[in-house]
Amino acid sequence: MTVTYEEALQKYEPVFGLETHVELGTTTKMFCGCPTTFGAEPNSHVCPVCLGLPGSLPVTNRVAIEYTIKIGLALNCSIASWCRFARKNYFYPDMPKNFQISQYDEPLCVDGYLDVLVGGRTVRVGIERVHLEEDTGKSLHVGGATGRIQGADYSLVDYNRAGIPLVEIVTRPVPGTGFLAPEVARAYVTELRDLLRSLGVSDVRMEEGSLRADVNTSLSPRGSDVLGTRTETKNVNSLRSVERAVRSEVSRQAEVLDSGGRVIQETRHFHEESGVTTSGRSKEEAQDYRYFPEPDLVPVAPPRDWVDSIAASLPELPSARRARLMSAWSLSELEFEALRNAGALDAVEATVAAGASPADARKWWLGELARRANDMGIEVSALPITPADVARISELVAAGSLNDRLARQVIEGVLDGEGKPDEVVAARGLAVVSDDSALLSAIDEAIAANPDVVARIRDGKVQAAGVLVGAVMRATRGQADAARVRDLIMERLS
Amino acid sequence: MDELITMTAAELSAAMAAGDVSAADVTEAHLDRIAAVDDRVKAFLHVAADDARARAREVDARRKAGEPLGPLAGVPVAVKDLFTTIGMPTTCGSKILGDWHPPYESTITQRLRNAGAILIGKTNMDEFAMGSSTENSGFGPSHNPWDLAKVPGGSSGGSAAAVAAHMAPLALGTDTGGSIRQPAAVCGIVGTKPTYGGSSRYGVVAFASSLDTPGPLGRTVLDTALLHEVMSGHDPMDSTSINAPVPPVVEAARHGDVAGLRIGVVTEFAGDGYQPGVMARFTEAVELLESLGAKVTEISCPHFKYALPAYYLIAPSEASSNLARFDGMRYGLRTGSGSAEEGMAATRAAGFGAEVKRRIMLGTYALSSGYYDAYYGKAQQVRTLIIQDFDAAFGQVDVLVSPATPTTAFPIGERADDPMAMYLADLCTIPTDLAGNAAISVPCGLADEDGLPAGLQVMAPPLADDRLYRVAAAVEAAFNERWGHPLLADAKGLSAR
Repeated sequence: MTVTYEEALQKYEPVFGLETHVELGTTTKMFCGCPTTFGAEPNSHVCPVCLGLPGSLPVTNRVAIEYTIKIGLALNCSIASWCRFARKNYFYPDMPKNFQISQYDEPLCVDGYLDVLVGGRTVRVGIERVHLEEDTGKSLHVGGATGRIQGADYSLVDYNRAGIPLVEIVTRPVPGTGFLAPEVARAYVTELRDLLRSLGVSDVRMEEGSLRADVNTSLSPRGSDVLGTRTETKNVNSLRSVERAVRSEVSRQAEVLDSGGRVIQETRHFHEESGVTTSGRSKEEAQDYRYFPEPDLVPVAPPRDWVDSIAASLPELPSARRARLMSAWSLSELEFEALRNAGALDAVEATVAAGASPADARKWWLGELARRANDMGIEVSALPITPADVARISELVAAGSLNDRLARQVIEGVLDGEGKPDEVVAARGLAVVSDDSALLSAIDEAIAANPDVVARIRDGKVQAAGVLVGAVMRATRGQADAARVRDLIMERLS
Repeated sequence: MDELITMTAAELSAAMAAGDVSAADVTEAHLDRIAAVDDRVKAFLHVAADDARARAREVDARRKAGEPLGPLAGVPVAVKDLFTTIGMPTTCGSKILGDWHPPYESTITQRLRNAGAILIGKTNMDEFAMGSSTENSGFGPSHNPWDLAKVPGGSSGGSAAAVAAHMAPLALGTDTGGSIRQPAAVCGIVGTKPTYGGSSRYGVVAFASSLDTPGPLGRTVLDTALLHEVMSGHDPMDSTSINAPVPPVVEAARHGDVAGLRIGVVTEFAGDGYQPGVMARFTEAVELLESLGAKVTEISCPHFKYALPAYYLIAPSEASSNLARFDGMRYGLRTGSGSAEEGMAATRAAGFGAEVKRRIMLGTYALSSGYYDAYYGKAQQVRTLIIQDFDAAFGQVDVLVSPATPTTAFPIGERADDPMAMYLADLCTIPTDLAGNAAISVPCGLADEDGLPAGLQVMAPPLADDRLYRVAAAVEAAFNERWGHPLLADAKGLSAR
């Protein structure tokens, strides 16, 4: 018996939560001076401290604390005036000390929220805590069927990642989003990613693992507010996977419950190719991490005035920007979402700043340019055309020197590397025919060829003029200003 | 040459500065002494003879070139084998580290090297500093130079024995529950546990991070202060290091004086388990202090009786986590085959000794979910009460005194199978470790029963380490005058002049 997502939603209310790990973009690691750059030769960015050699001691990276406070403030959290690191004890070969320095019952930031926009509706996602910890090394398991440690012939460990500062952002359970739960989960991670990017604290690349999301999902029977048993899905490596992981877990759990079974509290593994989750280790046989305050570090006690100065230096956050742009450009929430989802916000804003009207800027970036980017398989922001180019094209159209069809050709020329818009116009000879005498002969031909249309226009059916305009545009191979053509036709027939 | 090994560090330093003797001669004399007696004392796990000679020649060359040199230049120092040292193995007395050669140097040994001190070798210790006799060493026990059938104390027993047997004038140790003061006391020498955070732990292999305190051992109060001063001071590599000036310990050691000083005798440290001969020497020492003008009162520290149980929850808890890294994956012993997990388990089973395993299990249990509050949490509360006891006491007196150990050195093997009896050796020293303040043990005579040395412990508030030396120097001077010679001159056999 397979339960579809739609069937599951009829009987159950999904509740999800997210634990997101973000690698901070500090220059050096959390507790030592090693560089954090990605992609270096394995085990080249290591020292006695991040290798956990006997006798070595950690020293807290002040910038990592600052970045975490930034994140906490941006997520509307309270910042602890005093907190400690804790040791999380467990044995694993990629953990140099066989404990991870993390935070346990005294996180640096607590009790915040992030508003996300889905389908024109704002959902407030509660943030339980934001804490700081060190990343582990990275294992490569060689041989075996699964690429996991079980059954591998041998494993290699790279400690370059060990000790990179990692922020964990934990949401409260998010109930009441119903059918939209998977999309809200995705929108939350998207919004969070944009927020982190605007703060400049991380390069937030899911594909490089600098942003990693674990998705908790549970089901409550409709009409009940008792939370069901949750599962934690790991290996969710893209925004799309966040959505798919929730969807897949909702269906799977509904199927378990419908067949009289019991959802087991466990870690599950998401499979990108199949879009399903499989069982990992059960939480019921989970290890005891034996947390205790890290005795090698002094407590973190950020002074109030430091926190205040960090708050004062925060850049404009995505939510404030959204409010500002929606108002300035008179956009609905859906229109704004379309712009954000297309990844075109920065481009449109820059294009407007370069002189285009918001409507024109949106039209080009969401229309022709989005289509081109899609054809090329790249983000719109990666297109080889600048906002200033788009503003110039828009200006030429507004001035009547180009029409939309010609403008598209100019865009094509710029994207093909033929130069700036004005150079493309000149090189391709794309200027609108603005010589009225040249147009008038074409108009006269069109009038002569369409006496019935002329009669209808004279009867007051002015919209019929479109037929004549079309004929003139064809005759001039599109290089005429359609508005001017219409005006001249109406003059001729008046 | 025989004379060189009985000279104090201060005397050696002066003789070298005057050009009467070279660092090479001083080093050679101590290497000869090691060669002559260490097969019986077994204080050293590694003797860095070639390196020591080379460093000594360097010091001599620098002196010849007219470079200004500090008081430890050319002075041999024995190093407890848990300070990481480049060019020498670091074993922590454990087979699990085998002959691990650290790729980095501890802050303190680096400071000693910079000061021109000659690191002459690495000394034996209870495995990972867990013990009070060196019997828990993975490489066999060291012997007390006063009586080779007795333990030299521990865990810094190798360092204390090396100094008492004149194989080095000075040694580095670490004190977690008494591991400097207890061996110093039973070997008849001076040993200081500085204020926690006063000496860097960077490169000191951890036993219990919140307690471990590196400190000096020497035959005289002044020598001990000289080493204390050079090894101390803020270290940015250790977050728990105190950023404050080093207390003026050398100055204090040169001017022993207790006139008008308020001294409190801790009443809790007496009674069952205290050897009469040790108590007699302690009482004499208190009377001596009074005769020198100190105002002596009795002070009760009611929570000190809970110090030992609290210590045996906190120290093993931290140790269980600190020692998790010894898993055969990256350095040291690796044994077993099959999966990573099996390899880790086999390595730890083979590499750790019984006492280390016992404490890892104690600590793992004390930290486990559902027991944390009752054990680790409760022990931390006791720790706060002990700090409050000290605070209240130091509101009334300038220093506290007690016997350093309840008994003199016990026979090798006597307590090896009785952990509780072994733990009692640290009864008087543990409160200071839990509170993080400073304390010293200075010789106060020989117990009548066995003719073995007893130590007077002096305890001072945090960062008042200089007070220890002021009192200890006064005690040392008065006793030397009374005895007509330093205590060690009474030693039978190896430690005699």
